[in-house]
Parts: sequence; C-alpha cells; structure tokens
Amino acid sequence: MAKIKFILNNEMRTVDVEPNETLLDVLRDKMGVKSPKCGCDRGDCGACAVMIDGKSVRSCLVFAIEVNGQEVTTLEGISQPKLTKLQEAFIQFNSFQCGYCAPGVIISATELLNNNPHPDLEEIKEALSGNLCRCTGYQPIFEAIMDVSRKRKK
Amino acid sequence: MNKYKFVGKPIVRIDGREKVSGAAIYGDDIDFGPNLLYAEIVESTEAHAIIKSIDTSEAEKVEGVFKVFTGKDFPYKFGLYMKDRYIFAQDKVRFVGEQVAAVIGRTPQAAKKGAQLVKVEYKPLPVVTNQMDALKKDSVLLHPDLGEYPHVPWFFPKPKTNVAHWRKTRKGDLEKGFKEADLVFEDEYFVPRYAHCAIETHVAIGKYDLGGRLTVWSSSQSPHTQRHLFAEALAPMGLTHKDVRVIAPHVGGGFGGKAGVTMEIIPAALATKLKGYAVKLRWTRQQEFVNTYQRLGVVAKLKVGVKKDGTITALDHKIYWDAGAYVEYGANVVNAVGLSAIGPYRIPNVSIDSVCVYTNLPPGGAYRGFGYSEMLFGLESHMTQIAHKLGMDEVKFRLKNAIKEGDKTAYGADMNPNGLLECIEKVAKEIDWGKKIVSKDPKKAIGKGFSLFWKAPAMPPNASSSAFLKFNEDASINLIISGMDIGQGYQTVMAQIAAEVLSVPPSKIRVETPDTDRNPYEWQTVASHITWSSGNAVKKAAIDAKEQILALVERVFVIPKDQLYLEDEAVKCTTRKNFNLPLRDFVVNGIMTEDGTFKGGPINARGMFLPEFSSANSDPETSQGGHPNVHYTVGAGALILEVDKDTGKMHVIKAVEAIDAGQAINPDLIKGQITGGLLQGLATVLYEDMRYDEKGKLLNPNFTDYKIPTAMDVPDEIVPIIVEVPQPDGPFGARGIGEHTMLPAAPMIANAVEDAIGIRIKSMPFTAEKVAMAMLNLKNKKGK
Repeated sequence: MAKIKFILNNEMRTVDVEPNETLLDVLRDKMGVKSPKCGCDRGDCGACAVMIDGKSVRSCLVFAIEVNGQEVTTLEGISQPKLTKLQEAFIQFNSFQCGYCAPGVIISATELLNNNPHPDLEEIKEALSGNLCRCTGYQPIFEAIMDVSRKRKK
Repeated sequence: MNKYKFVGKPIVRIDGREKVSGAAIYGDDIDFGPNLLYAEIVESTEAHAIIKSIDTSEAEKVEGVFKVFTGKDFPYKFGLYMKDRYIFAQDKVRFVGEQVAAVIGRTPQAAKKGAQLVKVEYKPLPVVTNQMDALKKDSVLLHPDLGEYPHVPWFFPKPKTNVAHWRKTRKGDLEKGFKEADLVFEDEYFVPRYAHCAIETHVAIGKYDLGGRLTVWSSSQSPHTQRHLFAEALAPMGLTHKDVRVIAPHVGGGFGGKAGVTMEIIPAALATKLKGYAVKLRWTRQQEFVNTYQRLGVVAKLKVGVKKDGTITALDHKIYWDAGAYVEYGANVVNAVGLSAIGPYRIPNVSIDSVCVYTNLPPGGAYRGFGYSEMLFGLESHMTQIAHKLGMDEVKFRLKNAIKEGDKTAYGADMNPNGLLECIEKVAKEIDWGKKIVSKDPKKAIGKGFSLFWKAPAMPPNASSSAFLKFNEDASINLIISGMDIGQGYQTVMAQIAAEVLSVPPSKIRVETPDTDRNPYEWQTVASHITWSSGNAVKKAAIDAKEQILALVERVFVIPKDQLYLEDEAVKCTTRKNFNLPLRDFVVNGIMTEDGTFKGGPINARGMFLPEFSSANSDPETSQGGHPNVHYTVGAGALILEVDKDTGKMHVIKAVEAIDAGQAINPDLIKGQITGGLLQGLATVLYEDMRYDEKGKLLNPNFTDYKIPTAMDVPDEIVPIIVEVPQPDGPFGARGIGEHTMLPAAPMIANAVEDAIGIRIKSMPFTAEKVAMAMLNLKNKKGK
C-alpha cells in the first residue's frame, strides 16, 4: 500500500493504493467518484475516460499510483460550477441515450474542443473513435460538438 | 400539426441533466458499504458434459473466501416461457461458460482467486453446435427430459428430439398457390449469432436481510418480471412476491440483453444463503458475451411463387433457429417469427415452419428486433431476387404486394391501419430510386438497396402496464411507472403523454427508475410495446387525475364538469372567461370554501392497460384462430452503398428509413432511434460476427475481436422519415418503433451489393473479405 496525493476535481486528495490498482477502481471504489464507467476493463470502450493534466486517458489502463502529484479531472469536475456549453448541447441534440458512455464521450469531446476550438467532421470522428456508443449512432454527438464550435467566436 | 401542445413536439429529454453530468446512478455505482460480498463464477470449460465431481476444498482455503456454492445448493429451475434452466448446472453442463459454482469473497480478488482453484471433473458428451446437425436423427440430445419441462401453452416442444418449439403457420392452399405461379424461386439464407454489446455489462446485487426480505438491485429491462421469476424460483426458500423487491437503477443499454432474467438470478439465489449480507455479481466483458442471451443463429429456406404480373401466390418459409443450450426466452423469438414470416406482404397461400433447436452454444434470447432482422434478411433478399427474375422493378414489386389495412395476416387476423405504401414511396423518392449512380473512381462500384420491414410486439396476451400519478404542492407531478428508460427516451415520452392530458409541461414531471415495492406493475420494457402499452396506462392515469380535479371543482364551484377544462396548469371554464384556478392552489391542500373548511385533498391517480382483444389460442397445426399480435409497425428503408472493387470494403453514402410511428410522441427521439438502430443493424451485416470453434467455445468475446461501430463507421448521411397513420388503440395514436429501426439494414446491404457488383451474397456478415473473395471468384469464373 502506498499513499498518493493528487488533485481530483480541483481538490487535493490523498489515498492509499495498492501498486496494481487501476485509477478507475480507485476513483470509483475509494474516492466515491462514479462517473467513469467500466465497460470493458481493457481500453477498448472509453467509458472510463478521465483527464490527467488536461489529457484524456482510459482510467482502466492507468495505475492509480501513476497519478501521484498530477491533476485528475472527471465529468463531476467538468460539471462544476455549472454544465458546460458542450454538456448543454448534448442535452439539446440528444447526444446520449442510455447515458453510460456519456461521461467518457464528454471527456473526449471536451479535450478536443480545448485543443481545437473549430474541429471539422473528420477531426471530430477521429477524436471520438476511442469511445464506443451502442445507442446513438454517433451522429447526434457530432452535431452537439459542431454546434458548440459554430457558436464560438472564430 | 398543432393538434397537441406537448405530444408530437421535440421536447428535450427529462433525464438529460443527470446523464450528461455523471449524476445518473447505474447498478455498479451504488455503494453497499464494507460488508459487501463479491461473487465470482466458476464456468464450464466443456460444451456438453456430465459433471463427475466438484472439489471446492482448495478454494475454501483462500484468505478472504467467504463461502463456495455449487448446483447442489440451488436445485431450482427457472425460465420465462419454458422452465428448462437451472440457476447453477446440476449434473450436466450444456455450453462453454455455463455457471457451475460460485465463490464468494470479501474482495473481488479473493473471489477470483478462489474460483480459479475450484476443480471440476467432467465426462465429455458429444457436442452439437449447429442446428441442422442437432435436427438429425442420430444427434445427441441436450434435454432428454424435454417432455417434462413446464412451458406456456402456446409452445410445442417435441420430446426426445432437440426441438424445443415448432411454430407452424398455415394459410390457404400452398400447393394450389405454387401451381398458380408462373415462377417459383427457392433459396437459402444464413445468419450467425450476434451480441448486444450494451456498454454497461450486467450487474446485480442481492441482499437477503435478517428480517427475511430479498432485495435485488439489477441492471434490468424487466424489474417486475424479475421479481416474479425470483419469487417463483426461490419459493422453496419460503419467499413470496411481497418478500422480493427489485430496484432497477439506470440501465446502460439493453437491446433485449437485459430482458427477462439471466445472471440476476445468481446473486438473488446466493443472497438467500448469505443472510444479512449483500452480494454483488458483475459480468466482465467476456462474460457479457458468453453468459447472457445472444441473438439466435438462423438457416432459412425460402420458396416463393409469383405470377408474371408480380403477384405473390405462395410462400413456404422454413426457419431453423440455433437457440442454444436453454431456450426459456429464445423460444418466444422463434414463436414470434413463426407467426410473422410472411413479412409485410399480402400472400394468400402460406406455410411457415419456425423451428427452435437446442445446440451446445450459449442460450439465445431477446435481441432488438426479436428475430425479425434474421427473418427479413432472407425474405427481403429473396423478394429482390424474385423481382429481378421477373424483370420487374423491385420497388414496384413491393408496392404491388405490400400488405394493407384489413388484409389477412398469416394467422388470419386483420392487418392494422398502416402507412406502408407511404413509407415505400417516400423512401424511393428520397433515395432517387431507379437512378443509377456511377462512381467517379473506377475502383469503386455504387449500388442501391431497398427493403421493407415489419414487426409486432411479441408478448403474452395478458402483458400489462400500469401507472400511478401524484401531484405535489406546486402542481409538479411524480409519474410512477415501471418501464425502463434503456436509452430510448421512455421517461420523457411518458411525461409528454401525461403533460398533454393535464396541461402541465413535461419539465414539471419527474419520472424515476422503478422499485417494485413502490411502482405499479409493468410486464417488461421489451417488444417496442412500451410507448403503446405504458403510454396507454399513463394516459389513463392522467385522465383519472383530470377527472378528480374537475369533479372537485364542479363540487366546490357548482360549475358543470363539461364546462371545465385544463389549460396552462390551471382549471378554466368555457362559460366563465375569468375563471382561472391554478392547479398549485389546490391539488394537494384542497380548496377552501366560504366557511373556512377545505374540500378535496391530494390528487393521486392510477391507470392500467391490458390488450383485452389479444389471444394466443390457436390451432397448433395452422396458428389460425387467435389474435397473438396486437399490431404491426411497418416501414421501408433504402441505402446507397459504395464498394471497393479491389478490397471489398463497403461504405454507406446515404441511408433513408421511413417508419410509421402512428403518432410521433417525440419526433427527435424517433430520429435518435433511427440513427442508432440503423447503425446497429449495419454493423450486424458489415462486420459483427460471433465466431465459435468446433467445441463450442466463443473465440472473440471482446471489443478488440468483435467489432462494434465506432464514430468512424457512421454513414455519410442518414435521412429519417416519420409517417403517421394512427394506431386506433395507441396513446394519441402512437405505436412503438424502437427495435424496427435496425430491421432493414442487412437486406438493404445485400440488395445494394448485388446492385453494385452483380453478386448475391446469402450469408451474413458481409465482411470486406467475403465481398472481395466473391468478386475474385466471379473474375476467375469469367476468366475460364
């Protein structure tokens, strides 16, 4: 067991972890942060995506011990103090159905828009290609991202 | 189109904020504290074998292992339509992955370690993994005791064979029909198995408390059906329905895979032997592939007779289903298609044999489309082939034979009002049917494919829905219902229906996921029947509330009820323009009268719906005489497909789908179903495929090897078209559309591939490799 210290959703937290515990398990089971979901536990589906220092990662493929001293942001962090324009657009365009993949999809899309405020369709598809969604057919997700992009000043 | 204020409007989902913020709670998100136990399942490594012995001694020694259970601890059968399944294997295993034992650990790691140490000794039996082999006289029998299994009266198992159910439908005179035909055409079609691949795997937590009550938290489409099956299966433990409670939080996708009962029975049963503890079972992705239902595999033999003018005279449709080791739910897929395998056509002489066959593969069961996708792949491929053989345009051929209101279905009931012709015409127009597109790239060929579809809800004739509705002080509403929002937008649609009746905006209506203790009965969220059935119950509950409100106002203000109406969250009067009584003033606390007393009180309403005209009674040899299906939803689709002539790689340039929703309660949500369902359907034909080895082991139980669509695989353009020919007994005329959206995908691709490259492929999936090889074979043949 090792003690790690990192910023989780703007708050400095410390937690004891085993060296083989994944960030996903630690976030969900030890820190009560439930938005990252387990869909495959091997990096295929993207439902567990979180941001480490602003970059999206699959938290099932990261050992918790690796985030010592870093900054982790999950959908809970993004949703404070209020929903982002992207999240509002997700509601507007029905960009989710069952909602299980939504936390990971929103993390990926947020990262994309942070790095590229006006992505084209191919760039959007590329950015989301690691997030599996079985419900929506993806089209409504593209629409939400494009809408946010359109409403931003060039 | 301004008939309604909330119905027919693209209202945003009422579950939006919780789902996009991460607030929505799914089964695995619920905390049970440090006393939670974890179950790990020991699975069969054999597809068919006698269990000689199970040695749990080493597992029990593992630190943190709490207990180990085997089949001996739970000699209980269960099953929705046919009780052919045990909670744990008893003396025999029948598929690779079947649950043999459970190790209960203080941690998931301890349970897993223990499970690895359970030693099971098997005596292998012959294995049959193909339904056609299983039908042979000398095949090994999976269920020698089939004749003794309890089942619903409309199933017809054949004891001492592997046939679990045989649905026969006969209409007219088949021989005469074929004699009248100018052309009789026969062919065979093959469909493999598929997996649902909801991103959330199954999870259930069972807790049998010291007071003797069993609570199960479950990712389920069917909380009440689960409660019923748990209570039935665990009755020997002394449990009754009132002692069993199922709580269903948000579900991370269902697609039929979370219908009925699969793995949830395990923690429910385990809990009864772990009094005072909660025990959790969550499937890994691999288990999700193997140990829930799968879509059944199909071999279909079609023979259709047509006249020169294109009139269909006869259809002989034989469908053999690979239903897997247990068919307790899957046999109803077979039944449903056996009644409906004429497709949306008017055919006077019909013979359908839909045969449910046991094999040593995992159990087949409900999958979005409930067998109709599999059936329509053959039928709609066949219809295009016949039209071509007649030299007739395939869309004209379909228009000529399309079923109309009042035409007889295969089992003799009248077809419901429908907009099939309108769907066909709108799709043909949108896709510019008849106009050939030539690719600018000489390496690419472009083709168009067309398909019709239909589907009826497959449900027992007494499947019912109910609803409670209660007003709060501010005239907001809690709508208490038990259907599941598995992503389709059920909660929003139900809120819209209640909103329309009560003139309260959907944003003021809260719908939560159900708890069988508090929420009224709902059969299941399956069969695309929930908008129709639960919608009717909700509408009745809202009308009940409205009646209570108007009766109270009539009594207090002495205004005849027929002069009162609801508008903008208030009671208004047709004869007194100034009369405006806001609901918030009285729906909980009543109306104060002149003497200071109050009349009325909290408005609590209820509604119920059961299709009283439905009946499963019919002649087992012909299926004539009953009314097994409440109605059909119909539609048409077409697409433009680009095929790479070298690699076989396919790309959908444009897809169009028209569906008759009766009345779209929420057109945006229907469009969402079309966009999502169509892609799910396209994936089944373009790349998804469950691969088994000859010993019945699934070779690709993960998302690396079983490819589901990513954002890169979306068609360039999808055009959803909503047609509205009202369903007379639907809420505001609505009928369900959720499953239907994926139905036409496979035949559209098959027909488009032929149009593009002149090759007819008759077995799914159409991988790029398969298409490339077919082109190569054709080239070699021509070369000779």
